[in-house]
Amino acid sequence: MEFITQHPVLVVSLVKIAVLLFIVMTGLAYLTWFERKVVAHIQSRWGPYYVGAHGLLQPLADGVKFLFKEDMTPPTSDKLLYILAPFLALALALTAIALIPFGPPTIRVLGQPVFMISNLDIGLLFLFAITSIGVYGVALAGWSSNSKYPLLGGLRSSAQMISYEVSLTLSVVGVLLIAGTLNFNDIISGQTGYYLHFIPRWHVIPQLVGFLCYITAAIAETNRIPFDLPEAETELVAGFHTEYSSFKFAMFFMAEYANMITVSCLATILFFGGWLSPFPDSWTWQLYLPGAGLLLLGAYCAYDTVVNMRGLAKLQFMVVTMLCVGGGVITLIPAVAAVIRGPFWFTTKVIAFLFFYVWTRGTLPRFRYDQLMNFGWKLLLPVSLANLVITSFVMILPYLLRHG
Amino acid sequence: MTVPFLLFFICAFLAVLGAVLLIVAWEPIHSALALILVMMSLAVLYLLLGAEFIAAVQIIVYAGAIMVLFVFVIMLLNAGIEERTNWSQFAKVVGLPMGFFLLLATAHFLSRSAVGASIANGTGAVSNAGVSTRALSIALFRQYLFPFEATSILILIALLGALILARKDN
Repeated sequence: MEFITQHPVLVVSLVKIAVLLFIVMTGLAYLTWFERKVVAHIQSRWGPYYVGAHGLLQPLADGVKFLFKEDMTPPTSDKLLYILAPFLALALALTAIALIPFGPPTIRVLGQPVFMISNLDIGLLFLFAITSIGVYGVALAGWSSNSKYPLLGGLRSSAQMISYEVSLTLSVVGVLLIAGTLNFNDIISGQTGYYLHFIPRWHVIPQLVGFLCYITAAIAETNRIPFDLPEAETELVAGFHTEYSSFKFAMFFMAEYANMITVSCLATILFFGGWLSPFPDSWTWQLYLPGAGLLLLGAYCAYDTVVNMRGLAKLQFMVVTMLCVGGGVITLIPAVAAVIRGPFWFTTKVIAFLFFYVWTRGTLPRFRYDQLMNFGWKLLLPVSLANLVITSFVMILPYLLRHG
Repeated sequence: MTVPFLLFFICAFLAVLGAVLLIVAWEPIHSALALILVMMSLAVLYLLLGAEFIAAVQIIVYAGAIMVLFVFVIMLLNAGIEERTNWSQFAKVVGLPMGFFLLLATAHFLSRSAVGASIANGTGAVSNAGVSTRALSIALFRQYLFPFEATSILILIALLGALILARKDN
C-alpha cells in the first residue's frame, strides 16, 4: 500500500498498460469477426455462424488454431530478420496506441489521468515517428523470406509507404496550424464549442479537404484494400507474409488491425473532436445514450435468444443478453455515465471509422500499381499541399489585414 | 545511478555497437539495419538532452524516410554478399592508432568539461528544461531564417540536379 502511494505514476501506468493491452487484444480479435461479418453481409452471405452464437467465439477458435499450427521457417531465409520482422511489426503497432487519449485528462485516480498512458508534448510527431518505422516489419519480412513473391510484396510496401507518408503528414499539418500544438489533449480541447449552438467546432469542418486526403493516405499506409498491393493475393500469392505460418503470421495480422485502430483513433482526435460529445452540454439526455444503447442491444439479444437460438447457442446468448442489460443498467447511474462519457464517444467514433474501413474493403476493387503511384504523387500530394498553403494563408489573413 | 544516467550508457553503447556492426556486416541489408540502430540510439540521446522535437524528427527523417529508401534500393538491386578485399595496409598501420588517439583526446577534454562533470556526478547530461517545439520554431524562423531558407534551397537544387541527371535523353 505504501509502495502504491509513493510511486503513483509507476503503479497506475503499469495497470493502465495491462488493461489497455487486454482491451486492444480483445478488440483486435473481435475486429476480425466484425470485418468478416460486415463484408459477408455486403456480399449477401452470413459470415462466421457456427462457432458460438453468431460466430462470436470464432476469434477464439482462430487464435487457438494459429497457436497450434506448425511454425515453419524456410531453410534459405535470413533467420534473425525472419523472426525479428513480425515482432517489430506488432511491437510498433501496439506502441503507437499508448499515445492515444481515450478520455478527458480531468478524470484521475491517485492524481493520474485514467484514460491515457502518456501525455507527450510532441504526441503527434512521436506517433508519426513510430508509424514511419512500422514499414520495416513488412519490408524485412519480404526480404528475409528469400523468396520471389514476398520480396515483391516487401518492395511494393516500401515504395507505397514512402509515397503515401508524405501526403499523410502534409494533410495533418492544416489541423496543426489551427490547433497550434502537437499535444493530443490540447488538440482535442481546442475543438470545444459549437457553431450556431449545435454544430460542433470539429476540425473536419474547416479541414474537409485535409480530412479526405488523410483518410485516403491512411488506408494506403495500413495496406488495406484498395491499396493492399503488398499482399495482393491474386498477384503475389500472399505478398510479404507468404512464407510465414502459425503465430508469426497471426502477428502480422494483428499488427495490421492494430494499425487500423491507431489510424482511426488519430482521425477521431485530429478531425472529429476525440472524446468530445457531438451534442451541446445543455442536452442532458445524451448522458443516458450509452446505457440506452446497451439496453436496446440487450432487448434485441433477448428476442434473438427466444426466437432464433437453439441448444448451446441459446445459453451463450443468454449470457450476452445479461451482460448487455447489466452493463446498460450500470451505465444509467449518473456518476458512471459522467465518467464513461468521453471514452463512449471516442469509441463510437473509432468504430464508425473501422466500419468505413471494412465498407471500403467490401466495395472497392484494388488499384493497379501505376494507378497507385500516379494517384499518390500526382493527385493526393498536390491537393494536400494546396490545402496546407490555403490554410496558412487564411490563418495569417487577419494579421495581414491589421498590419497592412 | 538514475534512470537517465543508465539510459545514456545503454544508448551510447548501442550507438557504437551499431556503428561497428555497420562496417563489419557482410550483407548490405544488415549494414542498413545497423545504421538504423545508430540513428534510434541517437534519437534517445537527444530525448535525454530534452530535445524532444529533434528526437522525433531524427526518427521520422532518418530512420523512417532515408533508411527506408536505402533498404528499398538494396532490395530492388538484390545486392548480394559483399566482396572483401584485404584490408588497406595504410588504415591498419596509421588508422587504428590515430583513431585510438582521437578517442583518448575526446575523453580527456570531455572529462574536464561541464558535461563530463555532470556525467561523473551521476546526474547525467540531462537538462530538465526541455526545448519546446514553439521555442525551437521561433528561433528557426526568426533568428536563423536566412540559413534555414538557404539550406532548403540548396537541398532543392540538389534534388533537381539528381532529377536532371537521371532523366533519359529524348
